[in-house]
Amino acid sequence: MSEMITVNNLHKSFGKNEVLKGIDMKVKEQEVVCVIGPSGSGKSTLLRCLNLLEEVTSGDVFIEGDNLTGKNVNINEVRTRVGMVFQHFNLFPHMTVMENITIGPMKIKKVSKEQARKEAIPILRKVGLEEKADVYPESLSGGQKQRVAIARSLAMNPKIMLFDEPTSALDPELVGDVLEVMKDLGKEGMTMVVVTHEMGFAREMGDRVIFMDEGVIMEEDIPENLFGNPQHERTREFLSKVL
Amino acid sequence: MEAIMESHYIRVLPFLFEGLIWTLIITGVGLFFGFILGAIFGMGRLSKNKLIYGISSIYVEALRGTPILAQILFIYFGLPDLLGFNIDKISASIIAISLNAGAYIAEIVRGAVYSIDKGQSEAGRSIGLTRSQTMRYIIWPQAFKRMIPPLGNQFVISLKDTSLFSVIAVGELLYMGQQYYGTTFAAFEALTMVCLLYLAITVPTALYLRKVERRLDV
Ligand SMILES: Nc1ncnc2c1ncn2[C@@H]1O[C@H](COP(=O)(O)OP(=O)(O)OP(=O)(O)O)[C@@H](O)[C@H]1O
Ligand SMILES: [Mg+2]
Repeated sequence: MSEMITVNNLHKSFGKNEVLKGIDMKVKEQEVVCVIGPSGSGKSTLLRCLNLLEEVTSGDVFIEGDNLTGKNVNINEVRTRVGMVFQHFNLFPHMTVMENITIGPMKIKKVSKEQARKEAIPILRKVGLEEKADVYPESLSGGQKQRVAIARSLAMNPKIMLFDEPTSALDPELVGDVLEVMKDLGKEGMTMVVVTHEMGFAREMGDRVIFMDEGVIMEEDIPENLFGNPQHERTREFLSKVL
Repeated sequence: MEAIMESHYIRVLPFLFEGLIWTLIITGVGLFFGFILGAIFGMGRLSKNKLIYGISSIYVEALRGTPILAQILFIYFGLPDLLGFNIDKISASIIAISLNAGAYIAEIVRGAVYSIDKGQSEAGRSIGLTRSQTMRYIIWPQAFKRMIPPLGNQFVISLKDTSLFSVIAVGELLYMGQQYYGTTFAAFEALTMVCLLYLAITVPTALYLRKVERRLDV
């Protein structure tokens, strides 16, 4: 299987604060990689470097072989291949659910409005929100909002989906629906990188789990090993707090 | 009845209505161009490009830091004197309102755009929208809503500012009132009606804005 994401010796600093201190990472096609680690360890920053929402300080990021830090990269085009789901949903409040989903295909892929709406319907069905097409985000629950956000990304037909703690702003009873949608995606073969505090999800869906601490990847392994037999003291410490 | 119709309160009105029309034209056209200037320089104030930011800041600070009375005299007497051209009073007035309101509107635009959550532009960019598409479809529509109350406020301010243009004898509302009592000596009656006409525009505007503000709050 081919490599979807390759990260070589990635460094990221905010001013004098070095947040990522040399990250190497590969994600293969159809792989689901979960990233865990304490607050402030750089998980979000790493994820945001994968679609250049953060400028990379040094090192390389390749998406399907395209070097994002190279000169000739068309970052807008790359981003259509890399969906991103945020902790706080970031839905467009002035647009209906349908408009949130169709704006990308219409403005970027120049699909007609009719066509975009037609293609949005199976996506809405997939996230279980067919009947919400014409409402505004403010009338949705957190879990519904997050599923719309996932649908908005899926509408661009991405090859990779990045999730940054997609359920940690949700009431506990709403987490399940969002995780279900993500599991379905994983089972359909979507390549995913998921920053999460949901250890159950990581255990069940993760092909690999990465433990980050203070800007480095401390340890990575299949879930059974990382959760069952962590090699580093820091990993054990972290897991004892969250499990 | 006849006594009322013959009173200065009534007889001044035809003059004042003519003045009011000019006041509204100068304010309206001035704010139209002022909004364009404000949008351009307001975005300029948000630019990471130091030159664009610098030019925008100079414009905003220069016009907010000088009295509009000095600005109109500068445009009507100063510049033509230096450059050797003539400008009519109405154009000078419209230019003065445009430039002056433009500086304040630039700050309104900057504040409104800045107030939109950063997550909105990140979401737009992450689906692949360009910077300008994100501005146009995601940020601007949300920001514009927040601009409406302060823009309405600016309308009231600019409307009142046009009265200063009486110094260059523009036939706006206040000037027409002055003309009337210059020949009739009915200053009290004329100025009372002048003020009532200003209030007839500004009070409903203010009430309407308060309603809009309440609606945007929820
Ligand atoms: N835009 C920024 N400017 C300056 N510092 C930042 C910025 N974004 C993140 N940081 C810093 O980088 C470090 C790592 O932040 P990051 O958000 O990547 O951590 P995280 O692992 O996602 O934590 P959490 O679990 O709390 O989300 C933190 O110390 C944070 O303060
Ligand atoms: Mg984070």
